[in-house]
Amino acid sequence: MKSPMQRILLTGFTVILAVFFVTPLLWFVFAPFNPQASLSVTIPQSPSLANFEEVLSNEMAMRGLLQNSVIIGIGTMVGTSLIAALAAYGISRGTLPGRKILTYVLILFSSVVSGTASMVPIFKLIYDLGLIDTHIGVILVMIGGSIPSAIFIMQDFVESVPRSYEEAAMVAGASPLQIFRDVTFPVMRPGVLVVGIWVLVGAWGSFLTPFILLRNIKLMPASVTFFLFYDLESGMPQIRLISAYAVLYTIPVLLLYLLINWRYGFRFFGGIKQ
Amino acid sequence: MASIEIRNLRKTFGKVVAVNEVSLSMTDGEFVALLGPSGCGKTTTLRMISGLEMPDSGSIHINGKDVTSLPPRSRDVAMVFQDYALYPHMTILDNIGYPLKVRGAPHNELKEQVTSVANNLQIGGLLARRPGQLSGGQQQRVAVARAVVHHAQVFLFDEPLSNLDAKLRLEARAFLKHLQREVGITAVYVTHDQAEAMALADKIVVMKDGSIMQAGTPLEIYRHPVNTFVASFIGNPPMNLLPCEINGGSIYVQTGDSPQAMSAAGLRLPAALAKGSQFTLGVRPEHIRVLTEPAADSIKGTLYVTQTLGGEALVIVRVGEQLITIRLFEDEAPPLPNEVYLSFDADHLFFFGPDGQVLR
Ligand SMILES: Nc1ncnc2c1ncn2[C@@H]1O[C@H](COP(=O)(O)OP(=O)(O)O)[C@@H](O)[C@H]1O
Ligand SMILES: [Mg+2]
Repeated sequence: MKSPMQRILLTGFTVILAVFFVTPLLWFVFAPFNPQASLSVTIPQSPSLANFEEVLSNEMAMRGLLQNSVIIGIGTMVGTSLIAALAAYGISRGTLPGRKILTYVLILFSSVVSGTASMVPIFKLIYDLGLIDTHIGVILVMIGGSIPSAIFIMQDFVESVPRSYEEAAMVAGASPLQIFRDVTFPVMRPGVLVVGIWVLVGAWGSFLTPFILLRNIKLMPASVTFFLFYDLESGMPQIRLISAYAVLYTIPVLLLYLLINWRYGFRFFGGIKQ
Repeated sequence: MASIEIRNLRKTFGKVVAVNEVSLSMTDGEFVALLGPSGCGKTTTLRMISGLEMPDSGSIHINGKDVTSLPPRSRDVAMVFQDYALYPHMTILDNIGYPLKVRGAPHNELKEQVTSVANNLQIGGLLARRPGQLSGGQQQRVAVARAVVHHAQVFLFDEPLSNLDAKLRLEARAFLKHLQREVGITAVYVTHDQAEAMALADKIVVMKDGSIMQAGTPLEIYRHPVNTFVASFIGNPPMNLLPCEINGGSIYVQTGDSPQAMSAAGLRLPAALAKGSQFTLGVRPEHIRVLTEPAADSIKGTLYVTQTLGGEALVIVRVGEQLITIRLFEDEAPPLPNEVYLSFDADHLFFFGPDGQVLR
């Protein structure tokens, strides 16, 4: 039994914690609708959609959000899922010695590849490939960064597919392609979905790689086009516009999460319910 | 329907010899059980017949055709897996129909055939469900239906009943036997349960450590086991095996510190049993009488425990260091004194040499 004093302290501490974490969210709820928004949390005197109107009429910002971010996000997602699914399948079903070690080595490297430290060599590599200032260049680098972890996650899903499923199909007369299409892939689909969503969200929020590899403002994704809402002369951020843009930027990820949650039910680290 | 001819099949995993020089021939419509303890190479043998595993050496012919290096789908075999391997994302209809689907059967024909097979196996009402919604016994039938549906030449079963509880297992055993009688399938059936093998098979192949110990009809194997391993593996409760020495007209049972003499008069001793030699005496639990008074051909023991099983009773007697099981065909175990005498039925004794091989 806790003494009243302990209860008061505990409750007080939780309240402080809650305030600490909720305040930014409150700001995020109020600021976009406040034409006079600043960095402090204030309830708008006269709430309006003016901020959104201004953001929506900014052609470059909208192109970044609705076109470039989508291309880069989907491209990275599809590429990573496809390669990782096949790689994980090969690694867990193959017979090559040392194939399990491969994943760990790749994971080790990936923290280097996607890290800031390697940006100069990556820039040079992409430049030499003639892929500077292209979506393909950005997508390739992001795929490279996410593949090892994706294989790692996916491998668990492949290994949870009993071998007897594939063997039963083999004996039943199916060709390797039929087996992958009819049996293995459907059973490991939750894994592909988990990896796909995880990669998409990662690519959506990624700033450094597109910022460095893209020149043309027409190609930049939303994570970079935030800079459009900085005052060019003073360099000061226009908080009211940035907050509105941030809301628009967050909505797709939020919707995606809700969709998956409604359709499958997320269980992190356990993947998705069948 | 088909015949199978297996010659000198061998398979190793690293240093483990899983299957060692196994040869076996099966005629059309024969139901053969591969019987042996866990790890003796039954599954590996079955998987080599199916093509899921490639032998290191040896050959497999199905219907006279050499299939040794062919992939599973070119062998026309059907297999029921130990875990059934039903696809969780497909309905029962699609599960059973899968072998037809990969052969490009049109959907209505597939549905027709699946329905007829399913009705036969009394699972016709389950076709719209998924495997997860079925009981173990129903899943087992679905797995069998999937094997039956495309009329393969050879059926392979890997311990298909081991995941069922005792009552369902008996039901499923009867059902498989009935199916075999009706369809006349040629089947290789892997099991570690000797009763299952005895009940189902036309021929039993007893394996140990990757090698075949003995092959024959259930009765041949029961009546004439070639070594102590087969003798103790077949029959429930297993055969009693007693270390003995023969000297003069007596057999000395050496189950403890002091050997007990037992008259050898009236026993048909095998010719190979030389005077003064060690051997193992085998006697089944049903061929021992329990006496309350000593006799010339009896040995003394102390009552260990009695078990009433209903219809029969087991008496377990300690002789020296060893427990000997006696099976009585009485409803109830009789009241017995603490000190009893065992007399063996002279017509049903087995003699095994020091190497465990039967002496003739
Ligand atoms: N894929 C494998 N890799 C390594 N060893 C195996 C493999 N499959 C079977 N074995 C070994 O081969 C032997 C025979 O196995 P198995 O055929 O499964 O026996 P059973 O079915 O009679 O229980 C065992 O010692 C087992 O450990
Ligand atoms: Mg086995």
